Amino acid sequence: MTTSQKAPPAPALTRPAGRGRPAPGRGPRPEHTLWPWLFVAPLVAGIAVFYLWPIVQTAGYSFTETGPFGGSTFAGVDNYVALFQDPELYLSLGNTLLYTVIVLLGIPIAVGLASLLNLPGLRFAAVYRVLFFLPYVAMPTAVAMVWRVIFNGDFGILNRALAVVGIEGPYWISTPGAATVAVAVVGLWSSLGFSMIVLAAGLKSIPPELYEAAELDGATRWRQFRAITVPLLTPSIFFVLIITVIASFQVFDLLYAILGSSNPVLPRSMSLVYFFYREGFVANDKGYAAAIAMVIFLLIGLLTALQFRLQRRWVHSD
Amino acid sequence: MTPTRRTSPLRRTALAASAVVLTTALAACGSASGSPDADAAEYAAPDSDLAASITYGVWDQNQVPAIEENIAAFNEVYPDIDVTVNVTPFAEYWTKLQTQASSKTLPDLFWMNGPNIGLYASNGMLEPITGAVEAGDIDPANYPQALVDLYTIDDVSYGVPKDFDTIGIWVNTALVEQAGVELPEDGWTWDEFQQTAVDISEALADDGVYGAAGGMDGQTTYYNTIFQAGGTVVDDGASGYATPEAQAGLQFWTDLIASGGSPSIQQLTDTTADQWFTSGKLAMYWGGSWFRSALTDSDLAEDVTVLPLPSGEEQATVIHGVANVVSATSKEKQAAQALQVFLAGQEAQQQQGDSGAVIPAFEGTQSSFTGSMPDADLQVFLDAVEYSRPLPVSLSSAEWNALETELLPQAFSGERPVADVATELAEQMDAALAEE
Repeated sequence: MTTSQKAPPAPALTRPAGRGRPAPGRGPRPEHTLWPWLFVAPLVAGIAVFYLWPIVQTAGYSFTETGPFGGSTFAGVDNYVALFQDPELYLSLGNTLLYTVIVLLGIPIAVGLASLLNLPGLRFAAVYRVLFFLPYVAMPTAVAMVWRVIFNGDFGILNRALAVVGIEGPYWISTPGAATVAVAVVGLWSSLGFSMIVLAAGLKSIPPELYEAAELDGATRWRQFRAITVPLLTPSIFFVLIITVIASFQVFDLLYAILGSSNPVLPRSMSLVYFFYREGFVANDKGYAAAIAMVIFLLIGLLTALQFRLQRRWVHSD
Repeated sequence: MTPTRRTSPLRRTALAASAVVLTTALAACGSASGSPDADAAEYAAPDSDLAASITYGVWDQNQVPAIEENIAAFNEVYPDIDVTVNVTPFAEYWTKLQTQASSKTLPDLFWMNGPNIGLYASNGMLEPITGAVEAGDIDPANYPQALVDLYTIDDVSYGVPKDFDTIGIWVNTALVEQAGVELPEDGWTWDEFQQTAVDISEALADDGVYGAAGGMDGQTTYYNTIFQAGGTVVDDGASGYATPEAQAGLQFWTDLIASGGSPSIQQLTDTTADQWFTSGKLAMYWGGSWFRSALTDSDLAEDVTVLPLPSGEEQATVIHGVANVVSATSKEKQAAQALQVFLAGQEAQQQQGDSGAVIPAFEGTQSSFTGSMPDADLQVFLDAVEYSRPLPVSLSSAEWNALETELLPQAFSGERPVADVATELAEQMDAALAEE
């Protein structure tokens, strides 16, 4: 807050001045400091009750031994000690990382698609946009059911198609390794639409004059893409990257629904959140599950902080 | 079995807690329908003018028409008890129930199954039926003994089964005929079954048809063969998997897959055994009596019959059934118990059987089920009750069920020797059982 500088006498306002600067010379007006809070209060209250408080509670539970119906006893850091010695933590972390890396391959694809859809004079651009966006709004369970059929080892269309070109496809969802890749491919496919829409909006904000100037200088389409589109798109790419990493670290529904709960491969292909679910809701060890949730929370926080740190090196800002 | 008044510390707390709830509830509505006793298992059939509004939690939409008939009949006796049926799909039922139990908002009356009864009963979430049994309003002798025992935890009974299911072999007779294989007239051995499966697979290999399908699920497959081999799954708080008998029961499925009599474990993961059967690609499917409703209106139905499971050292099948239980925290306990008693009675059970969706549990009301597919010899499922064994469960069922799903396929596929896998499973299962 700046108070040192002299401002022209403000008229008697009932609302804060444009810049939110307190009207000088008329003493403190506490209601002005209260107003903004009042406006955001509904949102803050919602976030506090439904997000912040549960995080605090979960952190609390992670230091207890909590049974299936509540009733907890303090256990110190026992859960964390056990967790960091649990090979399943590293197994599920590895699977989650593999999944994330594959889904991230979707970002370059989305950049390409968004640029293509942004080509001047493209007909039916809106139709294509809808088509690419549909998987994102479709229910994950419905998406999973369809892909489950596509991946079917004996009767699935994927292996039938591969057979035509002489490749014998694996039992995608019942072979360790292949299962994680299969789920990640679906994750990539479902996230394409969202990334593309965000990137397309970013493309629209690039001034057309830049392209005109480049064209006058004789730059090819490819050169324009590399020298103008990509650098000016980096803020959007950064946003998409952050969102994709966070979403990928939370993968559960696709994995659970495509592989199926009785799939013997599931325990070897589980993600962090599935690990959390299994400990909390199948094994009924809610304290341990809370510790897993805290680890996921901190990991995502760390990764996001790291990305913000690294972004200065590659994200273009003007 | 004599209902006992012995109470564990946990139960005592629960009783005290429910007594408090009961007291406050009564105080709140100023009702004078009985003086609350410290013993909440106390039970009295309500007067017919009791006015209450209760919820009934179930997971099977297919059974709702029959349930609504039940409630209509119930309302003829108790016109002022309003029952709301809440259907939650099975996949979410238990997660939701656990949340409701933690927040003391369980439905007043709800469905319970074997793997979960121990967890809920021992945590004081359920109201015993001891009172209703003592008053003579529920007679456990009317229901299959194995299932009455299933819902008796530490000598306290919490419910009687509303229905039951046993396991049999659903046979596609058209495929068997096409393969030119003879089916046994009555009863068969393990070897005879295995040979039949291989013969069918070989005869119809060009059509991609298999004789039988391996063990992906305990209740319909390997629990049965373990019992038939004279083994156990869980006995006296210890895993039975380390015994040679249980391992013989598992070996049955490894052999079946290795001989080509069954699709591989991977094939069965991608396409489940019941899907193989309903697609006409499987001749013999080990399935529960509940599979009948999947055949309604299917083209397959007229070529289907049922055979009993083969005998190993002995004859055995797994029996299971759903029970109606009352929440210990219900604010309308008397009304909920009245409905619980009514649903266990002969009239309601007959209505359930007439609907054909399930086999009602009340002795003598089952004939309508067998009549619902007259050519399929559904009587096999009823005859099986005589040599049935209750679904193996314990407090930590869910936990060791997950271990079975993870480890046993490695034995069935031949990836590791049966004895190694079973020994590892027994160790991990014992660890889970020790924490109960």
